[in-house]
Amino acid sequence: MYHYTEFDADFLAQRNAQFRAQVERRIDGSLTEDEFKPLRLMNGLYLQLHAYMLRVAIPYGTLNSRQMDQLAMIAEKWDKGYGHFTTRQNIQYNWPELRDVPDMLDALAEVNMHAIQTSGNTIRNVTADHFAGAAADEVADPRPVAELIRQWSTDHPEFQFLPRKFKVAVTGAAADRAVIKAHDIGLRIVERDGAIGYEVIVGGGLGRTPMIGKVLYDFVAEEDLLPTLEAIVSVYNLLGRRDNKYKARIKITVHENGIDDIRARVDERYALIRPQFTGVDQQMLARIKADFAAPEFKVGDEAPYRSAYQNDAMFRSWADTNLSAHRAPGYAIVSISLKAHGKTPGDASARQMRLMAALARRYGHDELRISHEQNVILPHVHKSDLPSVFSALRAEGLGTANIGLISDIIACPGMDYCALATARSIPIAQEIATRFDELKLEHDVGPLKIKISGCINACGHHHVGHIGILGLDRAGVENYQITLGGDGTEDAAIGTRAGPGFSADEIIPAVERLVLAYLDLRSEPAETFLQTYRRLGMAPFKAALYPDAETKDRADAA
Amino acid sequence: MPKPFTPKVMTANALLEGDVIYMTATGWTRHLEEAEVLTDEADADLRLIEAQSQPGSVVGAYLAEVTVQDGVPHPTHFREDFRATGPSNYHHGKQAAATEERF
Ligand code: HEM
Ligand code: SF4
Repeated sequence: MYHYTEFDADFLAQRNAQFRAQVERRIDGSLTEDEFKPLRLMNGLYLQLHAYMLRVAIPYGTLNSRQMDQLAMIAEKWDKGYGHFTTRQNIQYNWPELRDVPDMLDALAEVNMHAIQTSGNTIRNVTADHFAGAAADEVADPRPVAELIRQWSTDHPEFQFLPRKFKVAVTGAAADRAVIKAHDIGLRIVERDGAIGYEVIVGGGLGRTPMIGKVLYDFVAEEDLLPTLEAIVSVYNLLGRRDNKYKARIKITVHENGIDDIRARVDERYALIRPQFTGVDQQMLARIKADFAAPEFKVGDEAPYRSAYQNDAMFRSWADTNLSAHRAPGYAIVSISLKAHGKTPGDASARQMRLMAALARRYGHDELRISHEQNVILPHVHKSDLPSVFSALRAEGLGTANIGLISDIIACPGMDYCALATARSIPIAQEIATRFDELKLEHDVGPLKIKISGCINACGHHHVGHIGILGLDRAGVENYQITLGGDGTEDAAIGTRAGPGFSADEIIPAVERLVLAYLDLRSEPAETFLQTYRRLGMAPFKAALYPDAETKDRADAA
Repeated sequence: MPKPFTPKVMTANALLEGDVIYMTATGWTRHLEEAEVLTDEADADLRLIEAQSQPGSVVGAYLAEVTVQDGVPHPTHFREDFRATGPSNYHHGKQAAATEERF
């Protein structure tokens, strides 16, 4: 875990005092809303449909138990007893009152957390693989470099007013669990001739014009990374379109100028600024790396695990879906599902947060991660402790065995909370999960990612869902459009629109038809939904979605 | 020809809590059914100016479309419907406030 310095603490204390004064001046009327709005957004405070919303950064998704406990305390004291974990490794509180927010920020600062740059046209919270530091397939832990980027980008004077928001994601493994190809900059740690470096991908993004990022450099040496990033953001800052908000993201800049032109400009800028990076950043990185040293893994007897696995069907089912391979012998990575059937994806109550914190303390070397899929991870649990962890989780409604399955849905807040939404997302996710739980088909269907957004901004990643659902407003009625074949991994792909949208009543049966069609179409049980779609294309799925279309076409032709 | 003016209510968020609020003839309410229905365009314009001149308590004022049944305003668009009732996943916001007031 990164150790925050006195400098960090002073910086947060000053920022919070400044914001407290701004809130007071807003309340006493000396600031108008127009004057106050940019100030509150700089501190992660939005005004949404029913209330304010405070967005707190969880840098690269990493937390310790004390921080998780504090998030629980804040949820209880100043919100309605829960928080919403998002696809950007943030937590959002949906019900704070304006005058409490400075106290909330102070409480966050006590555990080195904040809401800075969780809004605005700046470099946002740096995200990373949620299995960081634990995954068996990892080349190197992505968090030290993510922390370096966080320090470099926080309050960076040149990058506070970019053409648009800017998102960086890092993975340290070949398997991409951080959706790096859908970020403004995606970094993948690679090894070449024994040296660590980075593959640098730029111009990915979702939203209105979804795009898969392109490789800018296939290998940047460790000491050259920060100047390279500085050069990229600097080129974007100059070149990015400020005339049109919808064309302002770097994905458009890359698209309009071409990756080769961008590379030439970045090279030029890089040559100019490289000498300013005298190696201090590498000293910092070395210190940060030491902070992220792996915990001392224990040696234990795996017999309790094997016995639970053999004798307890519930445990076995959970272990099969919710555990991932750990780099240390005898250990496993535990994904805790925040997707109990029928519940709001990504929400955790204060009690649940406290339990997860307690489990991390007792069984998990005090480490937690938040995944972009809106779940919580205990990255280091010894297998002998898994039966205890599972029974504790079950007791608090956190034992759902559905990671990667059809009910492990990403859903943005949609029109239940979000002022920009064009339709609701949450009830659709709840109904799909409930329906497939009733059908008892979930485990038979296997890996399948459904992602739902309540508007074209795509906060719910619907473009990279195997089944993506986009909520729209069609003449004052909620309407849902389906895309198929999206993929957020190293084989990233943007989904294809299947056809006309469905009403709120029709969307659940439509998804059901789609999934039942897949069960018929797959060549063998091991062929996943995505593989079947890639093999057969849209046609058979379209036929399942629109069973009346063919007869209708014929009738129209007649 | 200008479109005929359709009934509206004056709505906004409360500065301190963020709650959805509606203008009545005498002040503000949390309940759509208590809102003043504006059927005259000139009145509506005046109400908007009035709402916008209360920056110390009111944020983001605008006129929302309604239909009137038995003298009570009802939202015409689902967005206003959700604003009037609160989120669908929890008994929070408007629903909770309604329960509290009943007891
Ligand atoms: C409720 C308040 C929220 C607001 C007002 C909001 C606003 C936006 C906007 C305006 C965009 C489009 C930006 C652009 O293309 O330039 C966007 C994209 C996005 N937001 Fe949100 N969002 C909210 C909540 C969330 C939540 C809860 C999540 C995670 C579940 C999230 C994650 C994302 C992601 C992943 C994107 C797409 C990134 C991309 O374009 O590459 N946001 N959001
Ligand atoms: S996708 Fe749209 S509705 Fe959903 S959170 Fe983002 S901005 Fe709001």
